[in-house]
Amino acid sequence: MIHSLFLINSSGDIFLEKHWKSVVSRSVCDYFFEAQERATEAENVPPVIPTPHHYLLNVYRHKIFFVAVIQTEVPPLFVIEFLHRVVDTFQDYFGVCSEVVIKDNVVVVYEVLEEMLDNGFPLATESNILKELIKPPTILRTVVNTITGSTNVGDQLPTGQLSVVPWRRTGVKYTNNEAYFDVIEEIDAIIDKSGSTITAEIQGVIDACVKLTGMPDLTLSFMNPRLLDDVSFHPCVRFKRWESERILSFIPPDGNFRLLSYHVSAQNLVAIPVYVKQNISFRDSSSLGRFEITVGPKQTMGKTVEGVMVTSQMPKGVLNMSLTPSQGMHTFDPVTKLLSWDVGKINPQKLPNLKGTMSLQAGTSKPDENPTINLQFKIQQLAISGLKVNRLDMYGEKYKPFKGIKYMTKAGKFQVRT
Amino acid sequence: PVTCRHDDLKEMLDSNKDSLKLEAMKRIVAMIARGKNASDLFPAVVKNVACKNIEVKKLVYVYLVRYAEEQQDLALLSISTFQRGLKDPNQLIRASALRVLSSIRVPIIVPIMMLAIKEAASDMSPYVRKTAAHAIPKLYSLDSDQKDQLIEVIEKLLADKTTLVAGSVVMAFEEVCPERIDLIHKNYRKLCNLLIDVEEWGQVVIINMLTRYARTQFLSPNQNESLLEENPEKAFYGSDEEDSKDDKPDAASLVKRKPYVMDPDHRLLLRNTKPLLQSRNAAVVMAVAQLYFHLAPKAEVGVIAKALVRLLRSHRSVQWVVLQNVATMSIKRRGMFEPYLKSFYIRSTDPTQIKILKLEVLTNLANETNISTILREFQTYIRSMDKDFVAATIQAIGRCATNIGKVRDTCLNGLVQLLSNRDELVVAESVVVIKKLLQMQPSQHSEIIKHMAKLTDNIQVPMARASILWLIGEYCEHVPKIAPDVLRKMSKSFTGEEDIVKLQVINLAAKLYLTNSKQSKLLTQYVLNLAKYDQNYDIRDRARFIRQLIVPTEKSGALNKYAKKLFLAQKPAPILESSFKDRDHFQLGSLSHLLNAKAVGYQELPDWPDEAPDPSVRNVEVPWLPTLRFSLSLSFPDPESVSESESESSSSSSESGSDSGSRGEESGDQSEEEEEEKKKKKKGKEGPRKVCPESAGRYHRHWRGEGAGSATSWELRNTSRDMGGLQPISPCLFLMPLTPSIFRRDQLITSQPQHVPTAFLPPSAQMLSPVFSTMKTYELLHRMAGEGLSVEYYFNRQPFPPDPHMVAVQIQFSNNTESEVKNLRVSEPKLVSGMRIQEFQEIGQSMVGIDTCPQLPGVNWAGSFSLWHVSSSTHSRQFYVSIQPPVGELMAPVFMSENEFKKEQSESAMLRSQPDPESCRRGELR
Repeated sequence: MIHSLFLINSSGDIFLEKHWKSVVSRSVCDYFFEAQERATEAENVPPVIPTPHHYLLNVYRHKIFFVAVIQTEVPPLFVIEFLHRVVDTFQDYFGVCSEVVIKDNVVVVYEVLEEMLDNGFPLATESNILKELIKPPTILRTVVNTITGSTNVGDQLPTGQLSVVPWRRTGVKYTNNEAYFDVIEEIDAIIDKSGSTITAEIQGVIDACVKLTGMPDLTLSFMNPRLLDDVSFHPCVRFKRWESERILSFIPPDGNFRLLSYHVSAQNLVAIPVYVKQNISFRDSSSLGRFEITVGPKQTMGKTVEGVMVTSQMPKGVLNMSLTPSQGMHTFDPVTKLLSWDVGKINPQKLPNLKGTMSLQAGTSKPDENPTINLQFKIQQLAISGLKVNRLDMYGEKYKPFKGIKYMTKAGKFQVRT
Repeated sequence: PVTCRHDDLKEMLDSNKDSLKLEAMKRIVAMIARGKNASDLFPAVVKNVACKNIEVKKLVYVYLVRYAEEQQDLALLSISTFQRGLKDPNQLIRASALRVLSSIRVPIIVPIMMLAIKEAASDMSPYVRKTAAHAIPKLYSLDSDQKDQLIEVIEKLLADKTTLVAGSVVMAFEEVCPERIDLIHKNYRKLCNLLIDVEEWGQVVIINMLTRYARTQFLSPNQNESLLEENPEKAFYGSDEEDSKDDKPDAASLVKRKPYVMDPDHRLLLRNTKPLLQSRNAAVVMAVAQLYFHLAPKAEVGVIAKALVRLLRSHRSVQWVVLQNVATMSIKRRGMFEPYLKSFYIRSTDPTQIKILKLEVLTNLANETNISTILREFQTYIRSMDKDFVAATIQAIGRCATNIGKVRDTCLNGLVQLLSNRDELVVAESVVVIKKLLQMQPSQHSEIIKHMAKLTDNIQVPMARASILWLIGEYCEHVPKIAPDVLRKMSKSFTGEEDIVKLQVINLAAKLYLTNSKQSKLLTQYVLNLAKYDQNYDIRDRARFIRQLIVPTEKSGALNKYAKKLFLAQKPAPILESSFKDRDHFQLGSLSHLLNAKAVGYQELPDWPDEAPDPSVRNVEVPWLPTLRFSLSLSFPDPESVSESESESSSSSSESGSDSGSRGEESGDQSEEEEEEKKKKKKGKEGPRKVCPESAGRYHRHWRGEGAGSATSWELRNTSRDMGGLQPISPCLFLMPLTPSIFRRDQLITSQPQHVPTAFLPPSAQMLSPVFSTMKTYELLHRMAGEGLSVEYYFNRQPFPPDPHMVAVQIQFSNNTESEVKNLRVSEPKLVSGMRIQEFQEIGQSMVGIDTCPQLPGVNWAGSFSLWHVSSSTHSRQFYVSIQPPVGELMAPVFMSENEFKKEQSESAMLRSQPDPESCRRGELR
């Protein structure tokens, strides 16, 4: 299946290569560089690039291209999903996934990759199992290892590999037993010029950080589970309980994991918590354009909208902008034509406003297109869909865990057309 | 300096200190990772292959696998270490020895590898067996002559019942012998049933393989609708199958067809893959989606849309792949994605390649009802700053216009407005599209043609200029005044034009010469003369050809009189088609589909067979080793024939005891389940995904502790007492003695947290009376199968007072016929296990009409999940049925203190060191 893996940084250096079958010369990456050149932007590089003898499948994350080389038919998503899993694993191991970190931990990276694939077929991809096979580096462990000569490599088969719960390692012990759940909802929306919603959907996830001793068996129930239109689970969730009772019942993996992702469909009316009033006009005759936007709260259920950030890609004809914000900072990059305005909190009494003029290239006619406005924001303590966790129970262990649930609403791909 | 550094690494490797060795190996591995050559260290490294330090050893393995191919002789030195490793008591070491041994690509060790694989394939540890499965393709790629032997190993491993092995061995199967579909038959049902518990990557491989398998073994579920295929517009709406059946075009051809009944195994596959649409792994979701697309009846394919749309929120690369598949699907099954139209709306922040794919899908989804919304959306896109995307949008508008007649004029007007756009690319693309549209109805649009003629002054894009010239030439009769003028201008600029434009100028000249020679004769001559000396030979050739054709000379002329017909023939309008049309002849989700070209190693998706191959090839002798099976027989003899039928039934049932059970369960029960499912669907609600009773135990719910040893056979001969005329409701009890040890294990199951449905263990629970919501009734005998007699059973979950170790089963008989049923008797065939039924109270009774009489037998399943076969005979009829309790029904709610619990748990852990680890994975936990 997966023959080889090359990691390539943004300046085109291959800084890591790993082969699971015979060695494939790194010159195969030339085809990739060609495609990269043609695509001009990193995100337009086609994920699958055919070459005369190989196929190059790549994902681009954290400014690194992960390029897998395959030789025969294989479902492309299989490889792509695996590459993403590799990135996630690195992130899990080292906290961040960057070129520097990978280079610094190259031996651990290599050992992990060795365990993840055998002959190009995935062997162990659960991070709980991997962490038992190859322990993630910590400062303490590095120090201890240098002194005592012990290693990062486990010599026993991780029990998870054979157990009924492969995602959880055994012998977990904590002095403070805690389970945190973050319900995070993102609103994807397209709002048209007049402020009416063209499409709006809510994507939610429940991310968990569970640090519980032993083999806890948790159940999480919702006040209004019917809201969830489409769900996908971490493999630990018992599908049947969900089908019959709409309860999430699971033995959690140790540490951070995504318990559930869900979708609240466009059929349910989605509350849009902010509005944008904009007036962007170019005049044919003058080389000046007018620009004004105001951001205000809409259906926020009494919560504050914070972390507001407005970005907009201005047309090529705009040379510069002179704007005054009523609050926050704004920047305009005359090369990329990207305007961004870090608004911060919205005070309903005094709405944030950004106003001024744009200078246009003299002599050319006004641009055809109006820029779209992208919005980011956060609302703490609110799940905009109204989803509420009812209770979390633990069975199978005696201690009383500390439980915490946090709600948050964020803008996903939130776009206002002008 | 390079050699120096290597010398110092060699020194470190030769030292006695593990820490130095480790340091050296780490540096060497870092070199390998960076792609630096470290092969000259081979002798120094290979010496450390037997190092005690596990990390050094692992890094040496990494090194070995990387360089063994280059240094074969030296690599042989390490082989004996691995051979020793293969015998190690630690399974991890056995497995990794095999892993490395099989990864060393040195042909001389092929026989050693073969031996190692064969041995590992029978290893006790499933992890080692999994590694053996992984080693098979490695050996095969090294030496394909080993194929036959390897197939034997694959066959053996395919029979493995652990989920850990399943994915890997199917992978090996796909790489070594994908054509040996016959190896799958016996394992088909097992694979279907194991699927949910296999790890995600294995699921993908298995699902893809089973898709191919199903295409060879089952009949098309859509064969009845295939007649309607010519009318694709309608075909999809066939979700209401009734409609489509009404307007069957050819009654005669239908007569020949047998009514379609889905093979229960086909249904099993569809049913068992469906929950995987909820997987977090995009590859699994895609695999199930393609399975449904290729195998499911049209009405059921819709379920995959929601899951695929969900994947659109994933990473860009995932989106890219999913959208290509959705594009192909949306052509064949448009209705499926229509409700999700808005999920394909484009954001300005999407990368261009995603935008273009979404556009493709939107265009495919356009129909009369939603076209106005889509066009409004397209209008926004046209103003985008991304010009490639704008060009694609214009083409999309063109396609909508050709496909949907009603909006053709609107689209055309919109496109004409774009002709005054400032961006030349936009204008050019519009011209090209307008040209195609105009060909459909040129006469009404001479105004547009005139407008376009003016554009030749400004527009520079060659394709657009060529399109305009072609249009004017083709429809010169509609613009008689302008056409010669355009030719005049073009002849002036002829030499500076691109080749495609020149060709069209020649074309225009020729056509004008034929229709309006008075005004254009000289111009044409001029153009042809220019072309005669052009640098491009195509253009010179064309000029010569056309001159001969249109200008009559003495020598030529045979074709001359047909020139007008040749040039001004009616040309069919081009059809604007999706580039994704008919891509579904490639298996969806495959690399080949994505590239629209066969990739190396692609396995063709076969067509459905016309006649279904023998379905019995999939029947398996149920291995009764870990399963405890019970058989009971019910008989309803006529009063006078009691004695005969008794002996008859007992003999026949005893012989059928072992295998009739399996048959009954496989053929009979499954169709019943299907019906059950259908019923549920009619209610508009999907039934909860139950592990169906029969699948629950057979493959992945074995409790090995109860192995064959404890399974002793028990038998019940009941004296038939005629109780005819007595009250119909009388409890009938089966009591079985149990060996205490067996019961103990039963308890142990209960005590393991992961086995306990939490409903049974509320934290404060002291009690033994269970809490549950609804009682599920299982069907034992359907009234159709039972000729009017139907039998249902359920677990009432009450303690069974005569013996607390038993599980009470409530059985309900109902007589749906007019006639009387007398003398109910349950007789016992030979049983597998050694338990006996102590007491059996039998009832004989008569039932007329709908009459139910709950029976309450207690059955002890002794911690095993059993098939309970009941054969019942009425008059001359005898029915074989089986009861298999879901896991949960066999557990008793128990209260125990924490200490007790811990004790039990530790004991159970000891017990569980031997049993098959797969026995209780996710499936039943949920």
